[in-house]
Amino acid sequence: MTMAARINYDDVQVGQELPPQTFSVQRIDLVKYCGASGDFNVIHWNERVATSVGLPNVIAHGMLTMAEAARVVTDWVGDPGAVVDYGVRFTRPVVVPDDDKGATLEVTAKVAEKLDDKRVRVDLTATSEGATVLGRARAVVQLS
Amino acid sequence: MALDASYVGRQYPPTAPYEVGREKIRQFADAIGDPSPVYRDPSAAAAAGHPDVIAPPTFAVVLSMSAASQVVFDPRLGLDYSRVLHGEQRFVYRRPVRAGDRLEVVVTVEDIRVKAGNDFMTTRGDIRTTDGEHVCTAYSTLIALGTADEEA
Repeated sequence: MTMAARINYDDVQVGQELPPQTFSVQRIDLVKYCGASGDFNVIHWNERVATSVGLPNVIAHGMLTMAEAARVVTDWVGDPGAVVDYGVRFTRPVVVPDDDKGATLEVTAKVAEKLDDKRVRVDLTATSEGATVLGRARAVVQLS
Repeated sequence: MALDASYVGRQYPPTAPYEVGREKIRQFADAIGDPSPVYRDPSAAAAAGHPDVIAPPTFAVVLSMSAASQVVFDPRLGLDYSRVLHGEQRFVYRRPVRAGDRLEVVVTVEDIRVKAGNDFMTTRGDIRTTDGEHVCTAYSTLIALGTADEEA
């Protein structure tokens, strides 16, 4: 199927860490994601409503966090089309204050298992302000 | 309010075809902040072995979430959307979504259960081309928070 994975299966070791990445998440990013995804849930852009349902502030779309975390995998493998399975649990919200900094998302990943057909399972961690925001985050990637 | 468990196994008719466009993919890639040329430049996509620009791995949610609204907003299901959080998401790909695809989604209710006072519902969206080629399956679990529970 894909031909462009720039990582060779034979060169990969279990436990190998992928280059980590840090993302800044600001209110403007949530507005852009609302428009691009069609998910206009009010808790992603209206502080009054978000706090009224018990959230500390506006929160990022889980799907935006999931998309950003995927970058650690797709930037490593080169071809995003090499991701054949990707799943996460949303364990805590990424809270996005209305200031010039927003929230910070830190993502790490490592090779957890070598599978058949030159595929590997990569396990990811994602934290914001020290809290784990994704659980059981796993991607299966087709290598060359 | 508990969800109507008789919805488990219910399958909905295919959605109207969604035509994946290059500029929509570019907009989505911009929104997630991913500069990869494979999402924007057909020649970069071709160099990676794709017939046209491909979409980021999570793009399929644009289709699957819209399709799942058939069940999520069915009043007889009993889901209080104002208390809904996204609990889990998974995509299993046969191949990447790409520009030019005409896609339809068949939604099935996989599971409904109660855990610690919260309602959980998992839906599956089988995404295929209008020619019947399977592209991706999206699994989504929504959690409706019970009144006695605090934020996760």
